Amino acid sequence: MERQIRYQREADLEWAHQFTKHPGCERLLSCIQCGTCSGTCPLSIYMDLTPRQVIALVREGFREDVLRSQTIWLCASCYACSVECPQKVSITDIMYRLKREAIRSNLYPKRFPIPVLAREFCDMVRQRGRNSEFWVVFRMAMRSNPKILLSMARTGWELWRKGRLSLRRERIQRINELQYIPATSKEVD
Amino acid sequence: MEPSARYLYYPGCSLKGTGIAYEESLLTTFRLLEMPVKELPDWNCCGATTYMSVSETSATLLAARNLALARQTGSKDLIAPCNACYLTLRKSQRLVADYPQIAQETERFLEQAGLPRLDSVRVRHPLEVLYNDVGIQRLRELTVRRLQGVRMASYYGCQAVRPYGEVDDPHEPTRMDEILRAVGVEVVGYNLKTKCCGGPLTGTIHDVGVRLNYILLKEAMRLGAQAMVTICPLCQFNLDAYQAEIRKQTGEPIDMPILYLTQVVGWALGGDYRELGLHRAISGRKLLEQWFTVRKEAETYV
Amino acid sequence: MSEKKNGQVRIGVYICHCGANIADTVDVKAVAEYAATLPGVVIARDYKYMCSDPGQELIQQDIEEHQINRVVVAACSPSLHEHTFRGAAERAGLNPFFVQMVNIREHDSWVHTEREAATVKAKDLVRAAVQRVYFHKPLEKRRVPIHPEVLVVGGGIAGIHAALTVANSGKKVYLVEREATIGGHMAQYDKTFPTLDCAACILTPKMSAVKAHPNIVLWTYSEVVSVDGSVGDYKVVVKRKPRYIREDLCVGCLQCIDACVFKEPKFDDEFNLGLSKRKPIYIPFPQATPKVVVIDPEACIQLRTGKCKRSCLEACVERGAIDFEQKETYEEIHVGSIIIATGFKTFDPRRLPQYGYGRYPNVYTTLEVERLVNASGPTSGQVITRDGRVPKSVGIILCVGSRDENTNRWCSRVCCMTSLKLAHLIKEHTGAEVYIFYIDMRAAGKGYEEFYQRVLNEGVHFVRGRVAEITDWALDPSEEGKLVARVEDTNTGFVRRIPLDMVVLAVGLEPQFDAHEVQRMFGISCSLDGFFLEKHPKLAPAPTYTDGIFIAGLCHGPKDIPDTVMQAGYAAAEAIALADTGYFELEPNTAYVVEEECSGCKSCVPLCPYQAITFKEDKQKAFINEVLCKGCGTCVAACPSGSIRQNLFEDEEIFSEIEGVLAYA
Repeated sequence: MERQIRYQREADLEWAHQFTKHPGCERLLSCIQCGTCSGTCPLSIYMDLTPRQVIALVREGFREDVLRSQTIWLCASCYACSVECPQKVSITDIMYRLKREAIRSNLYPKRFPIPVLAREFCDMVRQRGRNSEFWVVFRMAMRSNPKILLSMARTGWELWRKGRLSLRRERIQRINELQYIPATSKEVD
Repeated sequence: MEPSARYLYYPGCSLKGTGIAYEESLLTTFRLLEMPVKELPDWNCCGATTYMSVSETSATLLAARNLALARQTGSKDLIAPCNACYLTLRKSQRLVADYPQIAQETERFLEQAGLPRLDSVRVRHPLEVLYNDVGIQRLRELTVRRLQGVRMASYYGCQAVRPYGEVDDPHEPTRMDEILRAVGVEVVGYNLKTKCCGGPLTGTIHDVGVRLNYILLKEAMRLGAQAMVTICPLCQFNLDAYQAEIRKQTGEPIDMPILYLTQVVGWALGGDYRELGLHRAISGRKLLEQWFTVRKEAETYV
Repeated sequence: MSEKKNGQVRIGVYICHCGANIADTVDVKAVAEYAATLPGVVIARDYKYMCSDPGQELIQQDIEEHQINRVVVAACSPSLHEHTFRGAAERAGLNPFFVQMVNIREHDSWVHTEREAATVKAKDLVRAAVQRVYFHKPLEKRRVPIHPEVLVVGGGIAGIHAALTVANSGKKVYLVEREATIGGHMAQYDKTFPTLDCAACILTPKMSAVKAHPNIVLWTYSEVVSVDGSVGDYKVVVKRKPRYIREDLCVGCLQCIDACVFKEPKFDDEFNLGLSKRKPIYIPFPQATPKVVVIDPEACIQLRTGKCKRSCLEACVERGAIDFEQKETYEEIHVGSIIIATGFKTFDPRRLPQYGYGRYPNVYTTLEVERLVNASGPTSGQVITRDGRVPKSVGIILCVGSRDENTNRWCSRVCCMTSLKLAHLIKEHTGAEVYIFYIDMRAAGKGYEEFYQRVLNEGVHFVRGRVAEITDWALDPSEEGKLVARVEDTNTGFVRRIPLDMVVLAVGLEPQFDAHEVQRMFGISCSLDGFFLEKHPKLAPAPTYTDGIFIAGLCHGPKDIPDTVMQAGYAAAEAIALADTGYFELEPNTAYVVEEECSGCKSCVPLCPYQAITFKEDKQKAFINEVLCKGCGTCVAACPSGSIRQNLFEDEEIFSEIEGVLAYA
């Protein structure tokens, strides 16, 4: 059996301490663990950690537990939790911050479609200035689970018939302006 | 010379693809309202909810480029019809205003890219423009035909009413109901107005995304709504595109038209079926044809 | 005396460490060494606790041995220890107003972190005080006599208890209550936690005692409309609203109510929070005190239109107590002190639409359920929902309008215990499954934790989580026709949907809707939350910063009945002590007119907020009544000829203090 215990040396208190300094994460320590976020979240019922547990783990410095969780990726950024939180903790911003760190430290669940989509989406936007819905989804599927393309075929066909699916690869004219946006892979924010 | 448009329009990627009917109906509606709208030249992707997950600064800079382009045109109002675009653009403005470090990064980027510094461009949502700039009274006056006996549920989705917006009350939004009533639509008291549709989840964790939309549709049906009215291309897509799948999975006879607010308003103002993009719907097509096809004798003129 | 002995100013400076409070941030040694170099300073010391007996003796010794005749103490706020050090000087034979305090704690060490800068600031402040104290003059304290009468505002349990306590000491009390009866919120409660004795059983005897007490003048349906004067002599005007009943004639037989042309009660009964109806002529509840009916002018046909057959008059023909012509009257009284006990209001849960109050009929507040479980309540004690069912499952949601940045930040203190009590009562009345949704269970009080244990053992479900929303849509057949609470059960770590027949919102407690008007009228302060501010949070929780005005009960902040009664008794004791002393010593910081310089322009007269300035026609000069002067300085600043001065704030004192602060060392 696996031991379920956390030794204090596993807690990265410095990381937890620094966490509150990031934009939107300032009120992390105000959390009273009431669970309003989890109760409000339409997706908490699918999460491996509830949003409240994520907040508790961040505060106690259990960095890897949160960065490896699916929860942060399931967050659809609907901001319902942030609006409802009685302590005005911006949970959505904390989730964003954790997603960025999970990508940067390569701890995100591999082949989990959401982070894959995020990377494909950003790459395309960086290269072309716009995203083309069809191509983003196609590349995401190829890199996570190509089988889902089959289940999407019917919807795709319907959309195509209605003129709602474009295969054109959109691109802005002054693409050179985007070169001044820092490269996402190297970036630390 | 082209008449100078008060309103700039930021389509975002969806309105050129799956949400093209939103663009069509929006432009038609504003044309009928005699409020010229001009597309923001060379706009780029807003970054959506996704870019923020990879880089906060870059996401802000992407948004900043659009805001700078808007400033170049001289227009003060930038209409962003997609909820995600609307939130992202406004959130970026807030980040720039609240965090000096982000403001600095933004300034540096704009300078390097040869773009003007940010100014007070107002990011607007069509719902709120219809409500505030046109007004309920005027919409009522301009209505040339009414949908008799059709009950609809208004659905905002999540991001329009959440922390950065000023579209409506985050808990009990009512403006869309008021607009719909003004153009002669009967509205049901829908409690899930601001519950998330899952956004891109239907494309990633498909089952979860579809389940969220099933709940939204089922509750609208229970309340006796015959159609749902949306203000976001992703909501419209999610609710519209998977009804066949839901029917198959649950056996429930769901086949409900999912409209854009601008389609309903545009039709009331006299817009026609195709120019409002009503032919692009996937679900509830029979009802749509029954309600909106222009048959003179079936119309009720006001 | 020493200051006259050699005719020369000899200043002693004392720097307090306040343990680590000051010494950790300010280099007290350096400040003392610096002070010793200032002109006029004979001796400068630092000491761990200046306020201690040895600390005070240090000052006394120096006065005697070193002929110190001016004392500067750099320590905490003068509001804490000025009287201490003045007393020490006085004991050593020095006029106490030769003492000047410098606040290097609240104004320096507590608000700064940088030691070096804080030390510089302390030196600056000490230098300013040294330069100021040089010019101090000997002054005498003034005494004002105290009227022994006491005014109590508000007739809830706090006001009732305070009034009875003062009255029992033999002093006359005026008890003014806005509503038609005394009793306040407590009269609406069913049982009281943790003992479950009935609220009415313990409250009504005290209400009767108030009515019967020879020393209490009870004015219900009345409001204080103005307050003038100061400690010892407050002039208060009370408006007595017309209840359209002669209080002296009505015996409370209630026959008029039976006779009213409205055969059925039609108007919302405020006492039962609209859960039942009353007639235009009514008595708030059976034990109302005084037991006198009242007519609602908004509802009464006679008062609204003048066209009623007035069958009530016939029913009361013998006593003739009904008087449709009654007008409001005003009473002016003089009292020595005032106890404010104006209570609270409950949070309006419509502000949290996610809980559906007002939208779903079966969502209640705790106060409504108090009435529902009460034997003399609208359902005679039967717990039935608005749609007439006995609930099988009941959820009580805590912290509704408490501990919430979006509404009220504070903990309302009583809701946990109220909810435990209601859970017990609901279970007893209905056998329903009861769920308490809580964030933290706060049961600190005598016998409270034991009561929590009792309710736990009765099988009430305790779900630790703040409910996200109450909805009426079903995702499961078991939820059809029910309200559903969606909540993260943080104990188990998953989200639950719990179907409920009845939802009870434990609404928080807020300041009265007119707390700010009351605050302004009585000249007291409010804390950030809007409740009235006490003079000291630990050591003076009933006095206010305005002498002779005390606060008691929930107008000061959420508290339960025992704490309310304790504070009311304490406020009463302070009022009694003040009255028994017979006088109050005032600061001599009053303004005075230098007659030969006064041009008689009268510009100061209307400016005085305390009506302390009169114009002497015979001399054509302004005159300031020292007893009324509060030392605000308005006239001093306004006088165009500079002929008004103020003790302790003489020009040379203030200017030298300013120069001292600004003369950067």
